[in-house]
Amino acid sequence: MTTPNGGAPTRRQLYEAKLKRRALLIAGGSSLAVFAAIVLLVPMAPGWAKVKKSFFNWDVFTKTFPKLLDAFLIDIAIFAWCAPLIAIVGLLVALARDVRSPALFPLRIIGAAYTDIFRGVPVILTVYLIGFGIPGLGLPRPYNSPYIWGSLALILTYSAYVAEIFRSGIDSVHKSQRAASESLGLSDRDTMWFVILPQAIRHVIPAQMNMFIALQKDVALLSFIGPVEIFRQAGVQKSLLANFTPYVGAALIFLAITVPATRYADYLMNKQNKARS
Amino acid sequence: MAMLSLQNVVKRFGDNTVCDGIDLDVEEGQMVCLIGASGAGKSTLLRCINLLEPIEDGAIYLGGEDISIPGLDPQPVRKRIGIVFQSYNLFPHMTALENAMLAPRRVYGQSREVLRPQIEELFDKFGLADRMHHYPDQLSGGQQQRVAIVRALAMKPDVMLFDEITAALDPQLVGEVLAVLHLLKASGMTMVLATHEMDFAREAADKVCFLKDGHIIEEGPPEVVFEAPTKAETREFLARVL
Repeated sequence: MTTPNGGAPTRRQLYEAKLKRRALLIAGGSSLAVFAAIVLLVPMAPGWAKVKKSFFNWDVFTKTFPKLLDAFLIDIAIFAWCAPLIAIVGLLVALARDVRSPALFPLRIIGAAYTDIFRGVPVILTVYLIGFGIPGLGLPRPYNSPYIWGSLALILTYSAYVAEIFRSGIDSVHKSQRAASESLGLSDRDTMWFVILPQAIRHVIPAQMNMFIALQKDVALLSFIGPVEIFRQAGVQKSLLANFTPYVGAALIFLAITVPATRYADYLMNKQNKARS
Repeated sequence: MAMLSLQNVVKRFGDNTVCDGIDLDVEEGQMVCLIGASGAGKSTLLRCINLLEPIEDGAIYLGGEDISIPGLDPQPVRKRIGIVFQSYNLFPHMTALENAMLAPRRVYGQSREVLRPQIEELFDKFGLADRMHHYPDQLSGGQQQRVAIVRALAMKPDVMLFDEITAALDPQLVGEVLAVLHLLKASGMTMVLATHEMDFAREAADKVCFLKDGHIIEEGPPEVVFEAPTKAETREFLARVL
């Protein structure tokens, strides 16, 4: 053991090293016990053989996985065009809800009603209503595409949440920043744009990342109105092969994206909490 | 004609009268120090002059022009009156240089290229030449406060207000900020300070005003206010702080 002064470890260091060894040992032992119990006990369940065959079938997995990956590209594409639009619409709604000019008061009401409505309705309902309802007006191809109206449903729902997060970010900037900006003669607009917003956006990046992770998963809801994206493709394969393994494959693909993204968002959140305290 | 003139200024927060009929004249190039206990109304008075707080009654004149007319657009006034706060209030997402250039860029529409030499000169003058490209959290309190002064000066104001700008600083950093005030005074800037630095006020002020409960109890040259105060309240206050 090394010590800053290069000499023998102090009593305290010896004691702490002992505590650390013991903690590692206990944590390792208990984890091992839990996992061993799962691995040993679950196969003892009476239905395990059936479950294994219909959910964890390796042959089915290897056969369907490439198709699932292909279908996942559609999810990524839908996400890729929805995400930037959500960021923009969310920001505009947040700004609209904070306007002070009396002439723009209707904007505030509309903004408030919008966020209330779209946060209050289940996403799947919005997807159904917009995804089936609007093409039902008799729009010609390609304007009746479920891609367009499904995406719109996601954009409207998520923008409402994202707008509220932006608003909380705007509120989190200390009012002395506004005073400093105004005292320099900057207009309300410049104060918002150059002083408040850059700080507000920085404060809410981790929270917004969590919203976009949720969006990545909710893209699968569009499968209910048509697009053969990964969830739908897994359903098709399930029906063809009479086996549930494609759903497990789809879950793994989602996890491959969402777990690293969630970890990264947590890392950003921790970093920010540390910086503030 | 006084550069800045306050006449019977009244400021209330609800039932609480913070400034209760304040009269004050500040001549061009003068340094006026407001002293008094916390809550005497010094900071509020400065915020009223800068139009950050509307006043209930009375009038404020800047260069003879009434700036306290209700409904007056505050922006043209604010660019002529700089204010520096106790808590610096630098913009944390910008470098020191960007902090100082933002307002003249946006309000006067000057380009970075035109501004930079002038602003660099200010940084240089206040001993911040090697700190221009630092962010506020990379600067000490004294450096941040000097940057805040540069930021206010960049608007080329007619009057500068200082709201207890050394109150949040470690004692060893107070000197570097006060040195900047001396430089400013030498350059002929008109200044109003709310301050607890009695030694500084005694040495540098042209006029000292003692405030208590929203009134100016006593005003005069520092020799008089500090050495031979005429009012009992002033003597009492000075006995406690000196």
